[in-house]
Amino acid sequence: MLQEIVTEMERRIMANNVKIKVENLDLYYGDNHALKNVSMDIYENKITAFIGPSGCGKSTFLKTLNRMNDLVENVTITGKVSLDSEDIYAQKVDVTQLREHVGMVFQQPNPFPMSIYDNIAYGPRVHGIRDKHKLDQIVEESLRGAAIFDEVKDRLKKSALGLSGGQQQRICIARALAVRPSVLLMDEPTSALDPISTSKIEDLMEELKKQYTIVVVTHNMQQALRVSDYTAFFLVGECVEYGDTKTLFSYPQDKRTEDYITGRFG
Amino acid sequence: MKKVKESIAKYIFLIAGIVAIISVLAITLYMFLKGAPALFQVGAPQLLFGTVWKPTAAEPHYGIFYIILSSVVGTLCSVLIGVPIGLLTAVFLTDLTNSSPLGRTVSKILSSAVELLAAIPSVIYGLIGLMVLNPLMYKLEKHFFTGSETHQFTGGANMLSAIIVLAIMILPTVINISASSIRAVSQSLRSASLALGATKLQTIFRVVIPAARSGIMTGVVLGIGRALGEAMAINMVAGGAVNLPLPFNSVRFLTTQLVSEMSYASGLHRQVLFTVGLVLYIFILSINLILTRLRKKGEKAND
Repeated sequence: MLQEIVTEMERRIMANNVKIKVENLDLYYGDNHALKNVSMDIYENKITAFIGPSGCGKSTFLKTLNRMNDLVENVTITGKVSLDSEDIYAQKVDVTQLREHVGMVFQQPNPFPMSIYDNIAYGPRVHGIRDKHKLDQIVEESLRGAAIFDEVKDRLKKSALGLSGGQQQRICIARALAVRPSVLLMDEPTSALDPISTSKIEDLMEELKKQYTIVVVTHNMQQALRVSDYTAFFLVGECVEYGDTKTLFSYPQDKRTEDYITGRFG
Repeated sequence: MKKVKESIAKYIFLIAGIVAIISVLAITLYMFLKGAPALFQVGAPQLLFGTVWKPTAAEPHYGIFYIILSSVVGTLCSVLIGVPIGLLTAVFLTDLTNSSPLGRTVSKILSSAVELLAAIPSVIYGLIGLMVLNPLMYKLEKHFFTGSETHQFTGGANMLSAIIVLAIMILPTVINISASSIRAVSQSLRSASLALGATKLQTIFRVVIPAARSGIMTGVVLGIGRALGEAMAINMVAGGAVNLPLPFNSVRFLTTQLVSEMSYASGLHRQVLFTVGLVLYIFILSINLILTRLRKKGEKAND
C-alpha cells in the first residue's frame, strides 16, 4: 500500500501533467498593455518561478491565475486560462470556488488581526465548515503542512500578530492550505523576510510541491535557481523565455534572458 | 534677541495651553462643589433613586431617578438604532462604492450629505421633530391607546420621538469615525480574505469590521456622548414631564431638566438641579475615560 502511494507520488513528480494552461493571454489596465500574448503550460507538482525586473508583469500574470485582477478597475483580459482543462474565465465560473482551488500567499505577511487558530480556520469557515472537531483537525493539518505547528501549538488562541515575520508568513501559507487548494500562488513570499526565515520557506516549498502545484514570483534569481523546476523570464509584459530552470539559466536562448541573468540589467 | 523672542513665544504657547487645563479643572471643581450639597441635604438614595419629582410642592420631593433613567434609556436606544445604520453607511462609503466611477460619485454625494447632517444645528433637528415626528407619533399614540384609562396623552411629544431624533443626530459621528477606521484597515487583509475565496460581504463582516473594531467603538462612544449631552432637540420633541421612560410617555432627560427649570428654581430646588448637572457631568467624564482607553487599545493594536 505504502509502496503504491510512493510510486504514485513519484509518478506524479516525474510526469509532466499540465495543471494550468495559458493561451494567448493579453491584459490591459485601461490603455496600458500590461501582458502581451502570454502562453504557458504550468506543470502539476512542480515549482514554476517567474522572474524579471520590477514592473515586468510577473505579479500581474500570477494574479490572472486566481482572478485577483478582477478587483482592479478598468482591467481587460483576453485569451484563455484553464485549470485542469476548465476555462477559469468562463461565464459560469464562481470566483470564490476558483480561489478554493488556487490559494495565494502575498509578499508582505498579512495574517488577520485575530488568533492563530481563527486565522487558519477563516477559509474553511467562509466555505461553510462549522464543526469544531473538523476545524480543529484542519487547523492542525494546515499548520503541520506549513511546518509551523510545533512552534505555535501552545499558543493557538493568541494573536497571530505576535509572531515573527517568518512565522507570520508560514501562518499565511497554512491559512492558504486550510481551504485545500491544489495550486499555490506565491507572490515574492520571502522578499520581506530575513535569510533564515527565507530558507525555511524554501525548504517548505520543496516539501509542498509533493501535494501542490506551486507558482512563485521572485525578484531573486538565486531563489528561482534553488527552488524551481521551471522558470519564466518576463520583460515589459512579455514572456521572453520559459523552460526548465537549469537549462534556462545555463543556456538561455534569448539575448535578453542572458543579459538579465548575468546581471547586465534589472 | 532671537533667543528672547523664542522663549517669550514659548511662554505664550504655555499660557494658551494652561487656559484649557484651568477651565476644565475649574468646571469640574465647580460642578462638584455646587452639586454635592444637595446629595447630603436630601440624602443621596432619596435623591438619586426617588421617583417623585415635586420640587415646588408644600412638601417637596426631589427624586431624579426617572430623569436619569430617561437619559440612559434614550441614549442607549438611539445608539442601538443609529450605530447599525451608521456602520452600514460607513461600509457602503468605503468598500462598496470604490470600484466604479458611478459608485465614487454616489459616495461623494453621500459623504457631503453626512457632513451637512453634522453641521445642522440641533434646534433645527428639534424643529423638524416637532413638526414631522410628533404628529406621526400622535397618530400612533391614538392608534394604540384610544380607550386606555391609564395612558396620559402627549400629543406625540414622547420618548420615541426623542430616540429617533437622537439616532439621526449621532449618525455623522458614527459614520465619519467608523469610515476612517475602516479605510485604515490594510488593503492586504482584504486581498488575503478574497484570495481565500471569501465573498466581498464575508470579507467586510469577518475581517474588515473586526479589524476596525476599536475605531468603530470610538465612534460609538462619541455618539453616546453626543446623545447624552444633547438638550435643545430633545427639549422640543420629548414632552418634558418626569415619567418612566416608556416609548409613548412624555419624558425629561438630564439635560432638559436643567433647561426647563434652572431659570426659576431657587434654594434647595436649585441645588438639586446642580446635582442633576453633576450626574450628567460624571456620565460624560466616564465616557471620556472609556474613550481614552479605547484609543490606547487602538494604538496598541496598530503597532
